[in-house]
Amino acid sequence: MDAAIATKADAAVLTGAKIIAAIKQSGVKFVLAVPDIVTSKGLLFPIADDKELKLVRVCKEDECVGIAAGLSYGDKRALILIQYTGFLDSLNAIRAVAVEYKQPIVMMVGLLGHEPERQPAESGRYGVRIIEPICDAMGIPHHFLSQDADIAKIKPAIDKAYSESSPVAMLIGRRPS
Amino acid sequence: MMNRDECFEVLKRHVTDEVVVAAYSSALEWNDLNPRVLNFFANGAMGLGSSHALGLALAFPDRRVVVLDGDGSLLMNLGSLVSIAAAAPKNLVHFVCDNECYEANGGHPIPNPKVDFAGLARSAGYAHVHDFSEMRSFEQQVGHVLTQDGPVFATLHIKKSRPLVYKYDDLYKASRRVALKAALQSTS
Repeated sequence: MDAAIATKADAAVLTGAKIIAAIKQSGVKFVLAVPDIVTSKGLLFPIADDKELKLVRVCKEDECVGIAAGLSYGDKRALILIQYTGFLDSLNAIRAVAVEYKQPIVMMVGLLGHEPERQPAESGRYGVRIIEPICDAMGIPHHFLSQDADIAKIKPAIDKAYSESSPVAMLIGRRPS
Repeated sequence: MMNRDECFEVLKRHVTDEVVVAAYSSALEWNDLNPRVLNFFANGAMGLGSSHALGLALAFPDRRVVVLDGDGSLLMNLGSLVSIAAAAPKNLVHFVCDNECYEANGGHPIPNPKVDFAGLARSAGYAHVHDFSEMRSFEQQVGHVLTQDGPVFATLHIKKSRPLVYKYDDLYKASRRVALKAALQSTS
């Protein structure tokens, strides 16, 4: 990496407060989460303190899929905040509830170990590299968030998931500040 | 030990406008006895019934949500006991039908048939926990169980049932989910 590129990469930021603002603007009232070190400081701790969001802490990520589906019967919007390992562990629930039963399941997935300057498919980490191909195979739209400019993708993605009753995955490629 | 269909006959007399979330064999038997729009069967993945119920309970805090779980199903989502206890929905009542086997998957025993589900729920932090092996006791107390502030848990120790015909396509059809949502939103 030459100096100019390195400087540009180092200067990129993903601001947690801006992500949370976008989540709220999308009408999300519930955040369902298992802690993930990628999003721990920048998202989960602030969300836990946020009076406008109800945080539901669960033991295992697939619980989030059922809870979000249940909430949707009352038109209550939820965001699932998990690590990619939990996403992988939840694939059967996502397959059934989100894809086959066409429920609005909105996931924000921390890519632990991902190199922010790369695309997920080019990650040196196998577990990260396979996330987008898995989403593609399952027909789950996905968006990569690694800098503040990407935050604009959040509201349209959530609105689309709820208007079409379908899943979406937003992949967090950098620890939000 | 009780018969599940007899337990459900008793339960049916007490159920009015509750959402009933039922899993696998319990779903089939409950639907046979009490087909209604407020039944929810779309669990999708084994064990998720209790999680769906938590979502429904949070979405509709003024309506009671009753879970008819299976022992094998609950074992696949034991963490949900802790998550539900932490979320503490007052309107959630969680029954587990304990016949010590994976009834819908050939009747094989669960790994430890002596597991104490009521003890697990108590340790997880449910507000009220019950354990029923006798029909007379269940019949006397079920009304109280259904009206306690939740989350409430009750084990129903049941025998293996008559052979069931597993028609999941009918249970899980999309029209049921659409009708349930419409019913919930029109009356809440």
